[in-house]
Amino acid sequence: MQLLLAISIGILAGSGVWLLLRPRTYQVIIGLSLCSYAVNLFIFSMGRLRSGAAPILSSRTGSLADYADPVPQALVLTAIVIGFAMTALFLVVLLASRGLTGTDHVDGQER
Amino acid sequence: MDGWAHHLIIAPIVLPLVAGALLAVYDERRQFLKGLINLVSTLTNLYIAIVLLQQADTSTTGVYLLGNWPAPFGIVLVLDRLSAMMLLLTAVLACASLIFSLARWHTAGAHFHTLFQFLLMGVNGTFLTGDLFNLFVFFEVMLASSYGLLLHGSGPRRVQASLHYIVVNLTASFFFLVGVSLIYGVTGTLNMADLAVRIPALPTENRLLFEVAAAILGIAFLVKAAMWPLGFWLLSAYPAAAAPVAAVFAVLSKVGVYVLLRLCPLLFGTQAGEMAGYGGTLLLVGGLATIAFGTLGVLASQAMTRIAGFSLLVSSGTLLAAVGLSNAQITGGALLYLVSSTLTIGAFFLLIELIERGQNPGADVIAITAETLGEENGEGGEAEVGTGFAGTPAVLGACFIGCALLLIGLPPLSGFVAKLALLAAVLAPAEQGATAGIPVANWVFTALLLLSGLAALLTLSRVGIRAFWAPIDTVIPRVLVVEFVPVIGLLLLTLGLAIKGGSVMRYMDETARAMHAPSAYVDRVLMAPRVPPAEAGR
Repeated sequence: MQLLLAISIGILAGSGVWLLLRPRTYQVIIGLSLCSYAVNLFIFSMGRLRSGAAPILSSRTGSLADYADPVPQALVLTAIVIGFAMTALFLVVLLASRGLTGTDHVDGQER
Repeated sequence: MDGWAHHLIIAPIVLPLVAGALLAVYDERRQFLKGLINLVSTLTNLYIAIVLLQQADTSTTGVYLLGNWPAPFGIVLVLDRLSAMMLLLTAVLACASLIFSLARWHTAGAHFHTLFQFLLMGVNGTFLTGDLFNLFVFFEVMLASSYGLLLHGSGPRRVQASLHYIVVNLTASFFFLVGVSLIYGVTGTLNMADLAVRIPALPTENRLLFEVAAAILGIAFLVKAAMWPLGFWLLSAYPAAAAPVAAVFAVLSKVGVYVLLRLCPLLFGTQAGEMAGYGGTLLLVGGLATIAFGTLGVLASQAMTRIAGFSLLVSSGTLLAAVGLSNAQITGGALLYLVSSTLTIGAFFLLIELIERGQNPGADVIAITAETLGEENGEGGEAEVGTGFAGTPAVLGACFIGCALLLIGLPPLSGFVAKLALLAAVLAPAEQGATAGIPVANWVFTALLLLSGLAALLTLSRVGIRAFWAPIDTVIPRVLVVEFVPVIGLLLLTLGLAIKGGSVMRYMDETARAMHAPSAYVDRVLMAPRVPPAEAGR
């Protein structure tokens, strides 16, 4: 499971960075989204990978080792919300730029 | 600290939040009302910042437990001398740029006032938080509103600059998140004070991982502080921004510096064991490179806004190098330099707009007003009728000389005092004894700082002559008195900083000493008492 997650984070981040460096604004926004997925998965994995463990205490007895770490899950939720808002905002700027310059090149002009 | 005084710590965050939300309710036709609400909120914020500064200076570190959870588990707000100083600096600059914008700029686009308040909230929160993840959240609040403000006034140039600015800052935010989560994965805490306790106890095999995490986290702040290879975004973004926005942004680039000032001595101070001084060399070298790059840029620039942008780089570089040298005395000088240079560059950005209005009548301001006129009917029109007054060129010239003196670092204004304090500390012989001498890096730092002053002298003389003496058919810019007030106010403040240099320097030195001996800070945060349940339920 760890290897699989590591590889998928790597692929997401790699594709994201490649797309970020492309000259079209649409590629950049997709790149940003992929990077944010990679980062979110990474945050999630920092709570150690567990399956079948709840992050919320269900009873006062029992060992804490039976539970997953809730903090990274809370962090990743915040990061998802913020990332989503930023992507939406970037989309608006992207459209404004397309409207004002007539091109979807990130520099506003074809080279 | 009890009663209302205790809750005052959270006021710099709650007040702009409430004001910003309230402002979002009114539509753009109620400009007067919106301006009034914004002004009241910003002035109240200034008053709160002054009270908090006095509080921080007289009593110990104030800790505010959000939700009444004890420190390492809940989120805390911490008020010490450093954060109080930054709060006041932000509040002063915000007041100046708001008053400036009320003359004409605030009608150039939608939601200026709302974004302005949210920006204040984000910046204030960044300075107050004692928790790394909360730092990220406030960073994002600040950045989100700064994206909106950079777009204020619209036009192809601003949209283009925003596009780059947003991408660079979003990428930096990813670094921030990766760094923060890696630190959590290694240490199991995100509370800054708790981190400082846990770092010396880290097992050796985790040390490398922690250093990687700190380095990744550092990249995010260095992008914000515009260190040399990471700072190119600043030069397209800031000069494109509307003048009052650029003035507030002068403090935004200091946010990255602030976080480094806060975290470096706290996490990698002498108490950190083997990791003490981690990253110091990089900050020093990067800072020196930034000064060199900024100096060359200042020399090569023609447009005044670009000179201001490069000056901002010089100031960032100086501060980063000072953080890298990691010494309480140098930090004291650097703090004074931080305050002085931020006020200077804020005033300079405001002044440039006034000067260039005269050089190039019908410049982008008017084009933009016309653009908004099409959509909004009225409002924009009256901004054009502003009654300028006769002494305009003289006042503009005097203000320009004031800014130039500050940027170059000549007496009698605070630019000189700040550079003097910084250089005196850098060239003070090491305490270990005469054998140690002064390291080469310190000499390089001194030389670069003086050279940057010389470059500013050359460029500003050239630009000043071209702007004020050379034009034959001088067009007197229509400048309202209310637009002079903030520029002159900021310049008078720097004069005040120089006159009251002794007591200001005492405050800075105490701040620096507390930063470099963080055990008091750590104890206060981790031992902060909870409010007893009965009182909390009130």
